[in-house]
Amino acid sequence: MAVPADSRLAVLTEADEGRLATRLERLWATAPGIVGWLSTVDHKEIGKRYIVTAMLFLIAGGIEALVMRVQLAGPDQHLLTPEQYNMLFTMHGASLIFWYASPVLSGFSNYLWPLLLGSRDMAFPRLNALSYWIYLFSGLMLYAGFAVGIAPNTGWFDYVPAASRAFSPGPGIDLYAMALILLGISTTVGAINFIVTFLRTRAPGMSLNRVPILIWSTLTASAGNLLAVPAVSLAFFLLWLDRRFGTHFYDVPAGGHPLLWQHLFWMFGHPWVYAIVLPAMGMVSDALPVFCSRPLVGYTIVALATVLTMVLGFGVWVHHMFATGLPMLGMSFFSAASFVIVIPSAVAVFAWIATIAIGRPRLTVPFLYFASFIVMFVIGGVSGFMTASVPVDWQLTDTYFIVAHIHYVLIGINVFPVLGGLTFWFPKMTGRLLDERLGRYAFWLIFAGFNIAFLPMHLTGLYGMPRRIYTYGPHFGWETLNLVSTVGAFILAIGIGVFFVNILRSLRRGMPAGSNPWNAPTLEWSVSSPPPPYNFVVIPTVASRHPLWEQELDETEHRSVIRTGPALDEGRETLATTPVDADPDLVLKMPEDSLAPLLLALALTAIFVGLLASAWWSAATAAAAGLLIVFAWLWPRRSLAQVAEVSHG
Amino acid sequence: MADTVIAPAADLPIGPMGHRALGWWGMLCVIATEGAVFVYLLFSYAYLALQPHAAWLPEGPPSLTLALPNTAVLVASSFIVAWGERRIRAGATRHAWLALLGTIGLGIVFVAVQLTEWHDKTFGIATSSYGSLYFTITGFHMAHVAAGLLMLAALALWTRLGLFDSRRNAPIAIGAIYWHFVDVVWLAVFFTFYLSPRLV
Amino acid sequence: MTCQPTSATAAFVITTLCATPTPGFAATPLSYLESYGSRGDPVRSLTWAMLIISTVVVVIVTGLVLWGVLREGPAEAAGITREGNGLRLITAGLVVTVVVLLGSVVWTMVVLAEVGAAPAAPKLTLDISGHQWWWQVRYEGETPAETFVTANEVHIPVGEPVRINLSSSDVIHSFWVPALSGKTDTVPGQVNTTWIEAHAPGTFLGQCAEFCGAQHAHMGFRIVAEPRDRFEAWLADQLAPAAVPAERIAAAGQETFGRRCAACHAVRGTTAGGVFGPDLSHLATRATLAAGTVPNTPGHLSAWIADPQHLKPGTRMPVVPLTGSELEQVRAYLATLN
Repeated sequence: MAVPADSRLAVLTEADEGRLATRLERLWATAPGIVGWLSTVDHKEIGKRYIVTAMLFLIAGGIEALVMRVQLAGPDQHLLTPEQYNMLFTMHGASLIFWYASPVLSGFSNYLWPLLLGSRDMAFPRLNALSYWIYLFSGLMLYAGFAVGIAPNTGWFDYVPAASRAFSPGPGIDLYAMALILLGISTTVGAINFIVTFLRTRAPGMSLNRVPILIWSTLTASAGNLLAVPAVSLAFFLLWLDRRFGTHFYDVPAGGHPLLWQHLFWMFGHPWVYAIVLPAMGMVSDALPVFCSRPLVGYTIVALATVLTMVLGFGVWVHHMFATGLPMLGMSFFSAASFVIVIPSAVAVFAWIATIAIGRPRLTVPFLYFASFIVMFVIGGVSGFMTASVPVDWQLTDTYFIVAHIHYVLIGINVFPVLGGLTFWFPKMTGRLLDERLGRYAFWLIFAGFNIAFLPMHLTGLYGMPRRIYTYGPHFGWETLNLVSTVGAFILAIGIGVFFVNILRSLRRGMPAGSNPWNAPTLEWSVSSPPPPYNFVVIPTVASRHPLWEQELDETEHRSVIRTGPALDEGRETLATTPVDADPDLVLKMPEDSLAPLLLALALTAIFVGLLASAWWSAATAAAAGLLIVFAWLWPRRSLAQVAEVSHG
Repeated sequence: MADTVIAPAADLPIGPMGHRALGWWGMLCVIATEGAVFVYLLFSYAYLALQPHAAWLPEGPPSLTLALPNTAVLVASSFIVAWGERRIRAGATRHAWLALLGTIGLGIVFVAVQLTEWHDKTFGIATSSYGSLYFTITGFHMAHVAAGLLMLAALALWTRLGLFDSRRNAPIAIGAIYWHFVDVVWLAVFFTFYLSPRLV
Repeated sequence: MTCQPTSATAAFVITTLCATPTPGFAATPLSYLESYGSRGDPVRSLTWAMLIISTVVVVIVTGLVLWGVLREGPAEAAGITREGNGLRLITAGLVVTVVVLLGSVVWTMVVLAEVGAAPAAPKLTLDISGHQWWWQVRYEGETPAETFVTANEVHIPVGEPVRINLSSSDVIHSFWVPALSGKTDTVPGQVNTTWIEAHAPGTFLGQCAEFCGAQHAHMGFRIVAEPRDRFEAWLADQLAPAAVPAERIAAAGQETFGRRCAACHAVRGTTAGGVFGPDLSHLATRATLAAGTVPNTPGHLSAWIADPQHLKPGTRMPVVPLTGSELEQVRAYLATLN
């Protein structure tokens, strides 16, 4: 069937831009008012909400940490009872690892992906809203419990039998299980969205070798999540069955085994570690070169190393279990695999160093975060390298050496890039630059505080302090080191405080940024700051990895085209391209704003709250409501071109 | 210095089309993650089965009398839905509708037989780790069958309402691939519970 | 020659020179930067080697970053270029990395072979089980009469590898004596084996290393390594039944103990045979109370019996209401168990 030539596919010129922009604005803008706010599916809005929400969990987890640091500042302190301390360290770990570290990166990726890819939104805008709302509600659920004194108290990895009903009879573990399974749904939905967005909505010409590293790394993390998250959701679901219905997955007398938990948990847990650092590393790989005035050295091997890290990451889970009495041969294999995984990380480190070394660094605040991140990364890396050695790990594991390691990984490799990334992309998100001087104060406080708190902690660990003890006696020789760590933690907290003050101040008083304040090369900097709701007036066509540097680099025969291209203005539309070569494939009809994601997230949350409270009928009612919402959501619609065309006679 | 302008062909299709629809790719991802759920479930079975036990199988290897024909029923339903998908692409809406109804019918038969099997077991979910695994894993599969049946029912309704034709039928392709997945998972579950104990 | 190391680093230097280390006096008794046995030594060397490699790597990388940042570059206005060959640096870095990793893998496998498997036919095998929050130690003799159970204090002969079978009656704990051996978990449903050897007499602290509930912090134990003859004397003492208390107050204490404490605690040679709490035979010979929570002094013993929940909140030992005189009697009785 021949479709008549369509004006929306015509290549427009700059003369049409103003008229087109007005038309697109009307099509894509979110309605004002509370309903509009609740129903928006704009990836930029959702991305910002992810970041803000994750930051709130960062603050909550940080406050929990400070309280614990006060308790540990000296020997035999009794500010907290053992039970309170155990709840705090569990909530601290859960908040930061699950409700901060991954969602904050989802926030960046949500905000940036369509802008980097030259698209108008994610592949599934409504699913995007859904995954945010579920994330928010799962976190609120956990903290609502905490507010009334119900909280898990067995550590974020929640080993059975300590987490079984016999040893943890209260509802805290069930709350943790339900909240985490709910969060897992959000993560999975988000991962699917990223993968399909990557495969199908890259701008024409953005073939696989022209994709920013942030895209590669978030894609890798998403693929990892897709395959890893089921393990932890299942582990928690089986635990809940054991606790509520007397099944026997983990209890020995009836044929279960507690190590099944550890296998399932770490099959998830290790890939997860990469899922919460790779996108942050990707942010550095893309943003650091901007401040070195040159492209990243070794783009291809960095992209390959990113993917390889995740692949290997699925084969090293046993190194969390070296002390559980596994056969020596198996441990040797996992030990060697854990050494091998250093190699792709080393590729990235040397690529960053080479980029700095042969580039011309500009010492801006984001650069400070990214450059210091390299050192933090290596410190976290070498301590990880030590744990790969089975006999050494038998000593290191479960001591403060591991606490230091995990914080160099999570703060060094996640928080530092996030703060640098926030400083870097804040002007794009808000149209205003962060204050440079305040930013420097914040950076140095954070850098100093972090290292004062956590560098000595390696030694605390080598001196034998076990993790997760609520107090310690004066005769172990740990008190000075702990006092130093506590002081460092407070300096770090003050630094984070200054960072947030800077954000709040600059939101109103920051210098106007313009579209490309850093002279950065990727597509998001080609649009105004903040970008319009439709992102691009016309769908750009990409000719290289650095569309905005082509003039200066002068390497490619062709130039990317940003100001002219398909208008796609008959309703909300964007272009689908082929997975490998990014050739135009379809015109996508994108959904309108909708309350359905919010309502479905509420229904899902009600199901899980119902299960938690053993209110089976409430859960069933919520499930029925959820099904109805899905049914309405998926009903084929003419506006999305999902319905058979009726001939007009 | 030439500008690269890829002018989209004038006949670029508008809206989701068959396997080019984003939903199709999304469903492949759903299948990957749900597949992982079953991999971890079956890993749990293998892990616990390999621990030393006094008596792992409470009733010996499960009987094949009902399970084998039931497996055939489910496999047959996959072929029917595949036929329906072909028919809708040929524009035969009514055939597609009948195929969806037929698939639903066989799915219901499968569920009914499976419920009978559950009912006839002398052990329960809380009897032993084997019982926990048996009912949880077959229960997970049943939940997926139920989800598939709901999908097929919606598709049948929409097909009957004439919402699909030879061009606009991506939801049927998406529903069908999910149903094939449910089918393949059953084969893995069937092998694990019904066949593997006979092999050792 | 006596050594009183004030820090682990100093200790490392000193103990490599000292013939008779005195780990009990170390400023950091749970440090694993020092070791005093054939299982700990190879691991300690490897740990130090990896620590040094790690430190060198961090210093080099920091140096490279600082050099890259601080070196004088061309003027900023030069714009974006792709000059320079950074791939050479990546290649060089990778070659070094791979060599170091290979070396570490080989060394790891060598050490693992050396310390991994428990000795096949050791002279002494102990059964140790973790409990919330104390350690039960069982010395299996040739006959039941030569078998006894004690708690939280393990005596071993110097210079002999000791095999330890680890089990748990409740949750997962981890058996760890930093100066002698790394961790091995006690996992319900399986028996893990580990081994220790001390090549010098001394007291080595141990600690539960896997989070196990409210009082994970207070689940310590100690290994006392003694020359063979003193070890055997200790064995003989442990096997001796409790003497009948001579003093009236202690005799009254035994009676009170039988009524109020014996449901959980055992004292061999008496009717007290409880199994829920630690075996208290020869309690007076132990250095600490409540798994390393406090030193075993009369004052602490009274305080512990009077209100265990105060000293160790959450401990499984309930507050048993005793009158002042009953408390004094029980304490006096326990003091006779030497």
